[in-house]
Amino acid sequence: MPTLDQMRAVVAQVPDPEIPAVSLVDLGIVRDVALEGETVVVTVTPTYTGCPATAVIALDIETELLRQGADKVRIDTRMSPAWTTDWITDQGREKLRAYGIAPPTVAAANCAGMLSAQSPDCPLCGSADTALIAGRGSTPCKAQFRCNSCLEPFDYFKAI
Amino acid sequence: MSPFATFCLRMGDNALILGQRTGEWCGHAPVLEEDIAFANMGLDLIGQTQLWYGMVSDELGKSPDDLAFFRGEREFLNTLLVEQPNTDFAHALMRQYLFDAWHLPMLDGLTGSTNADVAALAEKSVKEVRYHIDRSRDLIVRLGDGSPESHDRMQAALDWLWPFTADLLARDAADDTLVAEGMIPAAAPVQQAFDWETAETFARATLTAPDGPRRTGGRTGNHSEHMGYLLAVMQSVPRAHPGAHW
Ligand SMILES: [Zn+2]
Repeated sequence: MPTLDQMRAVVAQVPDPEIPAVSLVDLGIVRDVALEGETVVVTVTPTYTGCPATAVIALDIETELLRQGADKVRIDTRMSPAWTTDWITDQGREKLRAYGIAPPTVAAANCAGMLSAQSPDCPLCGSADTALIAGRGSTPCKAQFRCNSCLEPFDYFKAI
Repeated sequence: MSPFATFCLRMGDNALILGQRTGEWCGHAPVLEEDIAFANMGLDLIGQTQLWYGMVSDELGKSPDDLAFFRGEREFLNTLLVEQPNTDFAHALMRQYLFDAWHLPMLDGLTGSTNADVAALAEKSVKEVRYHIDRSRDLIVRLGDGSPESHDRMQAALDWLWPFTADLLARDAADDTLVAEGMIPAAAPVQQAFDWETAETFARATLTAPDGPRRTGGRTGNHSEHMGYLLAVMQSVPRAHPGAHW
């Protein structure tokens, strides 16, 4: 049976199913990894209530831990405090940008769900001259922007 | 059924039925971006439905799926507004906006609920719903104060849907009990926030809310003719194959 530190390292490697460039730890979805007797208990917090990835995330963590030698795994879901993009790590933000997704530009508390308060730089060319196309993107967590400099569209990870 | 279960079903049923209507745009909306936007908002609403149904699953002895797929029309307690058909894209946007204008202050009030689970659910949902109204308000203003055709279609949608907002704002004895327990916000602050939000936005959108009779009924299980058709579509697969899973 691997140690708790080894289990934490395993969980830290599990990618987000929809944005595989970043890990679940980078996104702040994994809140805790602990041992209860023989059982590895991973506490996760859902991003959006209807995010279709939520079930896959639990399955991916469990599968990877079992594959790496854990005997028993339990996934606990924690609702409160609610997940926020403020929990995305600096490393996670850089990985998002490198993947072509602009990371959140403001703290969640400072935008009150208003896209007009958020102005991402283009993740492709770095230009600040960008414009909103639509408040929703390929997933609930993203909005669609376009760059007025390089003219490419891009996804923006909304602050929430 | 307890006042608490009644309240949770009303919240969950509103989210589910609007989520279903919203999902009907998938592949049909006038532009791709708004198609995706509606589908994603529907996901938020159905996610919220699961949380509300989860709250009362034990008391009612039914899983969230059972509540969604194996209740009849009269057992659903959603408002008349959310079951109204898509008809025109203007109707869908206006229905969404009117719902958001009520949903946001309601959830805001629920973040202060004496029930910790309700407060946590509201804290999570309100973040999503702020984005919903940010989008729907913007489109109401742009299309209301847009071309003559977009204005006329938005005004026609408002004329049709406005009477159903009474059902959103209505309260009864079950609600009064929960207000007294600090479980849900009182009627007045929610009504005031709704009135302020809609007055401000319709002024900017050059739209006028109509006078005339207001309709209630959905929240007590008395639905419009559209509800049965909606349920027939939504429930047909689980009813044809009960217990099926993959
Ligand atoms: Zn660019």
